[in-house]
Amino acid sequence: MDPTALYECVTSLSCIVTQTSTGLIIGSLLFLVAAGLTLIFGVLGVINFAHGSLYMLGAYIALTAFRITDSYILAALIAGAGVGLFSLFFERFFMRKVYNADVLLQLLVCYAFILILDDAVKIIWGHEFQSMGMPAAFQAPPVFIAGGIVPVFYIFMISAAALIGLVMWYIMTRTRIGKVVRAAAHNPTMTSVLGLNTTWIYAGVFAFGGALAGLAGALAAPVRSMSPGMGFSILIESFIVTVIGGMGSISGALVGALLIGLVRSFGSIGFPLFVEGIMFLAMALILVLKPSGLLGKEPR
Amino acid sequence: MSTKYTQSPSGASRRKLLKGAAATAGIAALGLPAISLAQNKPIRIGMPTILSGRVAMLGIASRNAVALEVEKFNAAGGLNGRMIEMVVRDSKGQPQEAARVARELVTGDNCEIIWDAEASSGAFAVHEVAKDLGVLVVHTCSETSSLTADPKLRVPTAFRCARQGIHDAIAGGSYGAEVAKKLKLTRWMSISPDYAYGRDTTAEYFEYLKHFNNNIEIVGQVWPKLFQADYSENITRMVQGKPQAIYSCLWGGDMTSFIDQSSIYALFKDKQFFSPNLAEYAVLTAVKNVPPNMHSGNRYLRSFPDTPANAAWSDAYRAKFKELALNWSWQNAAGIGFLTTAMKKANSSDGKKIAEAMRGLKINSPFGADGTLTMRADDNTVVNYAIGYGSLTNKEPFMTNQVNGKWDQIYALEAEWKKRKGWA
Repeated sequence: MDPTALYECVTSLSCIVTQTSTGLIIGSLLFLVAAGLTLIFGVLGVINFAHGSLYMLGAYIALTAFRITDSYILAALIAGAGVGLFSLFFERFFMRKVYNADVLLQLLVCYAFILILDDAVKIIWGHEFQSMGMPAAFQAPPVFIAGGIVPVFYIFMISAAALIGLVMWYIMTRTRIGKVVRAAAHNPTMTSVLGLNTTWIYAGVFAFGGALAGLAGALAAPVRSMSPGMGFSILIESFIVTVIGGMGSISGALVGALLIGLVRSFGSIGFPLFVEGIMFLAMALILVLKPSGLLGKEPR
Repeated sequence: MSTKYTQSPSGASRRKLLKGAAATAGIAALGLPAISLAQNKPIRIGMPTILSGRVAMLGIASRNAVALEVEKFNAAGGLNGRMIEMVVRDSKGQPQEAARVARELVTGDNCEIIWDAEASSGAFAVHEVAKDLGVLVVHTCSETSSLTADPKLRVPTAFRCARQGIHDAIAGGSYGAEVAKKLKLTRWMSISPDYAYGRDTTAEYFEYLKHFNNNIEIVGQVWPKLFQADYSENITRMVQGKPQAIYSCLWGGDMTSFIDQSSIYALFKDKQFFSPNLAEYAVLTAVKNVPPNMHSGNRYLRSFPDTPANAAWSDAYRAKFKELALNWSWQNAAGIGFLTTAMKKANSSDGKKIAEAMRGLKINSPFGADGTLTMRADDNTVVNYAIGYGSLTNKEPFMTNQVNGKWDQIYALEAEWKKRKGWA
């Protein structure tokens, strides 16, 4: 514990800027992964335990696309689309068959895919860790705001995550697609009776959730080394985020992700040895005091 | 008076003869081939290692090097016709799995020797299994000094053929202290993985850095988790600490991620960075732009030691596996060198006899500081390997202005360190 260092930090504008931006960086990636996870749960009622592997797949697809096209933006879009397509295949041929099955069976199907994807990555990209390197467009000195340091690429990453979040919010609340998805989540039988194809709504939501994980992987690719199995740690953190924010709540995922990001960034200064502990403690408290999460709906 | 023989002496003899013949036939049918089979049966060596996950390269580089050396041994006739057969199992980098696999290799797969190519976390678990089962174990990847330095852990049939944290700390501390004096670097921070290797190695490095230069202040230490994906919070913590120099024993993909993430914060600008683990091909080929002001110890480089023997071994490895050799490669290759030499010296595959022969053994090796390696008898650990520190560059030979570690100095300071720890 170093409360003095934490006090010095929260009374220094440069430190506040640096640590807050760090919290946003951590939170924005977590938000993209957790939003997909929570969206799938909210609509389909299943927990996609293979979601971390979709993040990994996105990073590797972005790596290859970047090497071919030399355009990072294009590579990120290809990664999102590629993982979305893969998720569609995964949902249509595997997950769909276990929607009404026991959660253990769902877990086994997902676990099988985690292992398959890890091995596939080893075969296609090799077992050694790989690094994309920073795209030339972002190889610029960091920006100084009130004495605090914010890297250029991270400004892009936070903006991209914010934009995706806004688009999601707009689609879910202001468009017919959003209404249909919400209806399918609320009452799939009635939605089906009204002539809407819930099968394809489910598939679309699953693919969109997967695409978000793929995009998150692509956004992480320039700064995180890639290796088979890299999706596991982000999956754990995403679960913490969804539990804190509320399973099925996208706004909850945003709040949870930002909370975790800020706890990690300021915690590393004030209580560096207990950052992980704080995260799990927060999750445990939420589970005890408000099991539906900060913004989750109470089960009726 | 007549005597009735119920059993004629001749008949008894015949029966005995028949029994004897049957017994001989039985031995001939079962016993002799058994002896013959024993003479030709392979020497099975069980190898728990990490073949999946983020550090699978550790296991694969180890397995490759072992395969290269075992192939040579077997091609030369093995041990009186007995070939070495490696049984390799994936521990997935989990200590409990490493222990389970090690036990199963001995009890289920009938392996006579354990070849422990685990990282430190798994090596201690395997060490306990080998101790429990009483089999010969050679640790080829763990660099945590206490594994062989702490007498409480010492087992007569346990050896280490891997570089040690304390050796790197002394050689690296000496080098870092000289650079610090020259560049007037007084404020230091560290970022190292939060497990036995990271904690021990960092503490030892700073101990010797201060030993050689008493004008050093440690202004902060950061301990990310092993295999942590995002170092942003650790990097900004170091930005706040305003150090002039940073030490790190992050390794592999963790080191690559850290450098990539730190570069966009311009963390290395106007700071010197020291690490024992940068001059490793896996890191050097993954980091797209090696920042300036970086100093490293040699992990494994074709050019260090700069001898024809080392270059030839490196080329042979690359030709066979289409990959560059890593630190774990040389350690495992050297380990097989010790094992096979000791086997031949003992003329046996018995673990205890091999251990006797291996203790104090000196072998010729491309990885030696002077062309030889010694398995030190005091603590069953390899010494006199090529160790050096220098400035890192972007291309071959990757390390320049290297300063070779002085083994006399290492021995003397290591002995004092052991005394302070109550280990000598």
